[in-house]
Amino acid sequence: MYSASDLRKGLKVQIDGEPYIIIGFEFSKPGKGQALYRTKMRSMISGNQFTQTYRSNDKFEKPDLEERTMQFLYSQGDEYHFMDTSSYEQIFLTKEQMEDHLNFLVDNMEVQVLFFSDKAIDITLPTFVNLEVTKADPWVKGDTSGTDTKPVTVETGYVLQVPPFIEEGERIQIDTRTGDYMTRVKD
Amino acid sequence: MLTPHRLQQRSHLLQAVRSFFYSRGYFEVDTPIRLPVLIPEPHIIPFEADGWYLHTSPELCMKRLLARGNSKLFQVSHCFRKEEVGRFHQTEFTMLEWYQAGWSYEDLMAECESFICFLAEAEQNLDGVRNAFILLRENSEISLAQPWDRITVDEAFRKFAGQTAHEALKDDMFDELLVTRIEPNLGWEKPVFLYDYPVECGSLARRKEGDESLTERFELYIAGLELANGFSELVEPDEQRRRFEREIEKSRKAGQDYAAMPEKFLDALDHLGKTAGIALGLDRLFMIFLGLSTVSEVVCLYSDEL
Repeated sequence: MYSASDLRKGLKVQIDGEPYIIIGFEFSKPGKGQALYRTKMRSMISGNQFTQTYRSNDKFEKPDLEERTMQFLYSQGDEYHFMDTSSYEQIFLTKEQMEDHLNFLVDNMEVQVLFFSDKAIDITLPTFVNLEVTKADPWVKGDTSGTDTKPVTVETGYVLQVPPFIEEGERIQIDTRTGDYMTRVKD
Repeated sequence: MLTPHRLQQRSHLLQAVRSFFYSRGYFEVDTPIRLPVLIPEPHIIPFEADGWYLHTSPELCMKRLLARGNSKLFQVSHCFRKEEVGRFHQTEFTMLEWYQAGWSYEDLMAECESFICFLAEAEQNLDGVRNAFILLRENSEISLAQPWDRITVDEAFRKFAGQTAHEALKDDMFDELLVTRIEPNLGWEKPVFLYDYPVECGSLARRKEGDESLTERFELYIAGLELANGFSELVEPDEQRRRFEREIEKSRKAGQDYAAMPEKFLDALDHLGKTAGIALGLDRLFMIFLGLSTVSEVVCLYSDEL
């Protein structure tokens, strides 16, 4: 169990049988009054958010969360199938659960799958992924228009801004936390 | 971490604080910070120190010195309160506390105005100070022109929380509404004194003349931040004992075992005449003057750095 004084940004707690992550937190206390823990929670399943003020005697259950390394196998309709690389167990997440992760997910990629009470609820991608550029306007040398970047499309269909010298067929590294271009990858 | 430049600014502010009180004839005192018994306050948790406790404020010791015939005292001391950590809280923080014999809380409110105006005039080159008459906080200009605004606790509850302070107390929502609905509105045009607290919220404050349900207690707010807590001191030992008994009872119910009756303080209270006193959070005040957003940015070394 957690008590209110354990609450902080990033802590995961269970409320009404659902895991929540604290995304905003402020400790308040009128000089002579009781401590108040003002928190903003986001459901780790639905993404719904709510704010609530807790007090010193409030208690919170620790959610039963586990992360396992799994490999992305294939997608079928709205299902995205992953396999545990040590036990060969297979599970899937829905397109809705995958959300923005799809911008960076390619076949055979190893990801961390988050389980809540043995049910897969989310994945964490590698921080950096290398993706192939599938569509890019050619770089006109001597272009003096002054633009520092141009848009390209990568193999997942994701569009991002890159330096003008990046060309179709090249591989680039992307930071999955921000979705930003990092560097050109030489194979 | 404080840069050498900031450390110098903090030093100048501390010097200005002391100049103000010395120039008005106050004695500076430095009372012990490890004590065998503290004020019984159910919501303030002390650190144990070899069977005694680190003080949570210098109030008991300073009032004992006043009872011995000292009439104007101030102290800058580090105080310790367990589990209080946040943007505006640290478990160890710097408190400025001062007392004057013969005074009421109204005299203290007026002196609070003079004190902060004195600091602004002395330290006009800081990021949180536009000039001697205006403070800056989150793009608001806060006028220091006197007199500052005053609003009673009950008026504030009616105006910002849509109910009376009495109703809020009855529903155990007093602190929560104060923090979420009232405090954020206070002190953006001018500093504000919130005053006349229900007797349940002022265990060391004198009852208000003409309304026994209230105490002569006030809090100073600037830019939504509680900066100081002052009151006309309760100086009747019997009533003080009864109020402490209630607080000790509340502490025990909350499972705390350290609350005990401060007997020597109650003995001293027999010799204390009309007095008013105030405690002001210096780290918060310096944070405002330096234009910073958290108290951890204004202390010499923050706990995470130790």
